[in-house]
Amino acid sequence: MESGFSSPRNDSFPAGLRVLVVDDDPTWLKILEKMLKKCSYEVTTCGLARDALNLLREKKDGYDIVISDVNMPDMDGFKLLEHVGLEMDLPVIMMSVDGETSRVMKGVQHGACDYLLKPIRMKELRNIWQHVFRKKIHEIRDIESHDSFEGIQISRNLSDLSDDGHMFGREDLSSGKKRKDFENKHDDRDFGDNSSTKKHRVVWSVDLHQKFVKAVNQIGFDKVGPKKILDLMNVPWLTRENVASHLQKYRLYLSRLQKESDLKASFGGFKHSDLPLKDPAGSFGLQSSINTNQDDGAKGRYQFSGNNLFGQAVDIKNHEGDLKGIVSEPRPDNKTSLTPDVPDPQETSSTQMSFDHSFALGSEVKYAAFDCSIPAQYSWSETPEINFKQENKPVLQLEDGFSQLPPHAPQHHIQIDPLHSVQSITSGLSLTGRNTSGAIKVEPLYAEYKSAHVSHASPKESAIDMLPVQSKSHIIDNHSFEANSTAISSMKPQGFSLSCITDFESCHRNLISASDSTFAPFNEELTVCWLPGDFHSKNFGLPNFTDYNDPGFISEIPAHLYDALTADYECPFDQTEYTLVDQGLFIA
Amino acid sequence: MERNQLSRQVALQRQSLFDQGYLDDQFNQLEELQDDSNPNFVEEVVTLYYQDTSRHVLEIEQALERKPLDFTKLDSYMYNLKGSSSSFGAKKVIAECKLFLEHCKARNGEGCVRTFQQLKTEYATLKRKLEAYFQLARQAGLTGTALRPK
Repeated sequence: MESGFSSPRNDSFPAGLRVLVVDDDPTWLKILEKMLKKCSYEVTTCGLARDALNLLREKKDGYDIVISDVNMPDMDGFKLLEHVGLEMDLPVIMMSVDGETSRVMKGVQHGACDYLLKPIRMKELRNIWQHVFRKKIHEIRDIESHDSFEGIQISRNLSDLSDDGHMFGREDLSSGKKRKDFENKHDDRDFGDNSSTKKHRVVWSVDLHQKFVKAVNQIGFDKVGPKKILDLMNVPWLTRENVASHLQKYRLYLSRLQKESDLKASFGGFKHSDLPLKDPAGSFGLQSSINTNQDDGAKGRYQFSGNNLFGQAVDIKNHEGDLKGIVSEPRPDNKTSLTPDVPDPQETSSTQMSFDHSFALGSEVKYAAFDCSIPAQYSWSETPEINFKQENKPVLQLEDGFSQLPPHAPQHHIQIDPLHSVQSITSGLSLTGRNTSGAIKVEPLYAEYKSAHVSHASPKESAIDMLPVQSKSHIIDNHSFEANSTAISSMKPQGFSLSCITDFESCHRNLISASDSTFAPFNEELTVCWLPGDFHSKNFGLPNFTDYNDPGFISEIPAHLYDALTADYECPFDQTEYTLVDQGLFIA
Repeated sequence: MERNQLSRQVALQRQSLFDQGYLDDQFNQLEELQDDSNPNFVEEVVTLYYQDTSRHVLEIEQALERKPLDFTKLDSYMYNLKGSSSSFGAKKVIAECKLFLEHCKARNGEGCVRTFQQLKTEYATLKRKLEAYFQLARQAGLTGTALRPK
């Protein structure tokens, strides 16, 4: 599907490469424009990131590559980078005066094809076409490898049926045929002929992406496959390859975000009034990370909220600390129903973590995609009750771009599929240290593996009660060590206390789930890592956390909690091919 | 003959700008970009550069007046200024920018102010020299591609 623009690249590649340059410095903009023109590229310049995005969205398929400065007034260059990568799937080159390794790394992490240092020489610009070319090759390869098996099958099927016209569907047919064609050309590697091999660039608009995510969620994150998604999406002109590559990107994006969120530990202020922690030695960090499912089969763009509660080494001597988690709720309008009843299809799960502890707890919940939002709010209340409140307030960030993308995207966060429960698992963690009870509720992200790591340092008897609450609504039951459970929803509060010691090094991801087995559908996985050590775990009841293996997002929550106490606990999620975050929930 | 003389003068002046460290290779790049389709490219860029720099300098000046100093802001403004200057190859200015950034990191307010003064001086000098240079070049009829010493 060719857009109105010509595709000169087919003729005299790389001449005519359509470049979009974004930079707030007008001097550089002028220079770059001139340089690129000298390379025989078609240049469009832009001074603002938002303008750039608009341009890209308007003229779908109108550009081949984007060059952007890192520092821009209206939007962080990295964010722009992500948007472009996800929405338009274009190669993006970053530029900056600052060549610090960390920045460059960030650029690469966000998906930049290259990172140029200013002042930029023309010869550096001359070769940017290689990124466009490379991407094409990779995409083709991805499709090949990913679909090759299916492709073979289907193409075989199709070849049988094609004459009869028993088509499964237009998409199938087209995909099948394309695959066939593709396979035929497989050896030829006729990349120059990209346009003919169905490889037109698909612009993943907000709506399209929404459909995509919906489909993925419906199918089940780990069961998802491009073909299924495609069928569900019911977009005639979309091909399986498009979906496949988008799926992969989505996954990468999520994992990247998760890593970021892991790295970033935002700290909620926490105060612990009467936390009787006498000797808050050490620090505890609470980290929850959500895993993105990197299952190749499911390239769903699940929003995962990385709940990273990262406790800094806070000297817990001071008993004040209200640890507030960050709740990120990408879906502002979606209210999470705390009631465990009917899950709203557009439900955003909010996780509320309340920490009752006087450690410095940094929590950050990050929402990856706009599909799911998991607000996690950690608030430490020192009394042993856990207040889980589902809040749909996007406290944490929903990636800027994403929040824009599906403005009304039904709070997709937790796509509540009648069959599957939304994954909101609220786990209440109540940390009871010396007498602290902290409740941490983490609601894992619907499609994502969420591991909450709470690291708790020092207080020996910190007990963490986790009440996994699941259900579409984020029901968070926080159950303190003292076994007081506050059930927010009708879900039975389950709680168990885990005490974990902070020991950052030995943080393992652990899954803590409410031990209420009545929690049927847990979509969330809450991983809590407990550091072994001084650690008394009281009643661990690991209820059923959703195990992502279950496509329905209903999983039993393995009682890993306890294991974490002992040794390296291998998070069960490993089995599900989730990218595990190596954070452990430390609760000290 | 006079023309030759003039053009030689221009060339010399140009060379001295490099030798004295006012300009770096980026300026060469700009000159190379100049061609028939854009005969006044370098001057256009210079104009933009002056505008940009004035803007950034003003920003920084204002920021320096606020007490207490907001080093983060200063850092980011200077960063912009550095970027601008690097586009042009204003070597000495860039050096001052770097120094300023270091002071910012060290939260050395005094150092920042001092460096900033130096920066402004350097910038003024450069501007003066460039203007003289361009004027001479125009006089010699050496505009456009002819400007480049080949």
